[in-house]
Amino acid sequence: MRERSERNHLAQRDLCLTPARSEARTGVSWTADEMMTVAAARALRDGARCFVGIGRPSTAANLARRTHAPNLVLIYESGTIGAKPAKLPLSIGDGMLAETADAVVSVPEIFNYWLQPGRVDVGFLGAAQIDRYGNINTTVIGDDYRDPAVRLPGAGGAPEIAASCREVIVIVKHSRRTFVERVDFVTSVGYGSGPGDRARLGLTGRGPVLVITDLGVLEPDPETAELTLTQVHPGVDPVRAIEATGWPLAVAPSPRVTPDPGAAELSALRQLERQD
Amino acid sequence: MGVIASLPEAIAELVRDGATVALEGFTHLIPVAAGHEIIRQGRRDLTLVRMTPDIVYDQMIGAGCARKLVFSWAGNPGVGSLHRFRDAVQHGWPAPLEIEEHSHAGMANRYVAGASGLPFAVLRGYVGTDLPAQTETIKPITCPFTGEVLTAVPAVNPDVGIVHAQRADRAGNVQMWGITGVHKEVVLASRRSLVTVEEIVDELDPRPGAVILPSWAATHVVEVPGGAHPSYAMGYSERDNDYYVAWDAISRDREAFTAWLEEHVLRRVPIK
Repeated sequence: MRERSERNHLAQRDLCLTPARSEARTGVSWTADEMMTVAAARALRDGARCFVGIGRPSTAANLARRTHAPNLVLIYESGTIGAKPAKLPLSIGDGMLAETADAVVSVPEIFNYWLQPGRVDVGFLGAAQIDRYGNINTTVIGDDYRDPAVRLPGAGGAPEIAASCREVIVIVKHSRRTFVERVDFVTSVGYGSGPGDRARLGLTGRGPVLVITDLGVLEPDPETAELTLTQVHPGVDPVRAIEATGWPLAVAPSPRVTPDPGAAELSALRQLERQD
Repeated sequence: MGVIASLPEAIAELVRDGATVALEGFTHLIPVAAGHEIIRQGRRDLTLVRMTPDIVYDQMIGAGCARKLVFSWAGNPGVGSLHRFRDAVQHGWPAPLEIEEHSHAGMANRYVAGASGLPFAVLRGYVGTDLPAQTETIKPITCPFTGEVLTAVPAVNPDVGIVHAQRADRAGNVQMWGITGVHKEVVLASRRSLVTVEEIVDELDPRPGAVILPSWAATHVVEVPGGAHPSYAMGYSERDNDYYVAWDAISRDREAFTAWLEEHVLRRVPIK
């Protein structure tokens, strides 16, 4: 058992730490991280109202606004609606968000008036752990909440974002430590324990429709709600995603291949990250 | 009521051992200087309330001020984890820390109920998560009109609510703008309150979207320029991001933290 977990750990290291650079036909190379952010940005349609957190979600949403989705409405939980930051904000309290927003409202208002009734199209979340039904843990690692192996930051806005946004997109790096059979703690509900759970719980949004990783894209199976690999990034063998997942990962019959990042996408992304 | 002379006087009068104290500021206008004064005065057994415990609460927890933390997200925003908070929860250092954990929507509504003079607030939240099993202050409630089952959370009414704002006039009317988070709610929910401000001016000129707290709504107003450092004070200062990044390494190690606290808080050697 121990040997097996060590082997998994090594496989994980290989997957995550190898500075995998791929080369597009144009001759421009990119990293797996950049591919993940570009794939997430592409998932946002122009004009959508999007609840974003700092980190990868914010980077992806700002990239989308600079490429194919100039009318994307960025909503930060600090109360800024329609923020148009000129560079990546360092935190949700960045004055730039307030200065460029269509409206600045209080924190009770952003949750009660704007999120809760379902006015937000897309919620963008990260995860410390995610399970086969898209449930997310950002609270504790370990079996005992009162005596955790690792205490994580906690819920923030995520439980209600996961409940009330019309749909949820998760961005998270693929590893066995993160993609687990069962999350240690359900901070934010995906599909609970399977089909029908969201309706039973009275959750109004559809739940996680895409999980975008550095290896590919997972989507819930329409029948079973189980996360299934439907797309791989260029040069990624589905076996790598299977090996980086802590449950027997279902793979779509012929997974699509993500189109290479374009030169415009990469240059916009790199400009954003340089400013950061 | 109104403007009083100094931060040490205000903290000494308002914050007692064992009190429930809320320092708010949703990553903007965080009353950091007030938190440091509480550390210097050696307050103990506080129940600290804050939606987003970040660096200043990490410092207060590490300094041994807190018995309990009521919160919804505890991290170093844009950087990572809070290591003093982690050490207290995982290893009981320097003292065990009881936690009462919510989501942002839940905490925001608890302040609204507190400010409104109501015993609880109602929201659609927490359903299907593991939080209600761990947090006694999350309960189901049935709507008396529709029969729908919703979630109730009790009001928060801190003994003392503390925020930082941009300006006040000499009478103690406070003006704040930009991201004001739950500033108004925490001041109105608290039995007594303190607002530290960047500057006290003769007259408050109108600003679009500004929140005004009339002088009689807060107990004390104190001029503390730079009192939100290292957080933002829109119109006055940007976030000192190097401080947030540096905090990660300082706070990982008990000795490094203790030395930092001694130098920069207890002996007040300015950062940089």
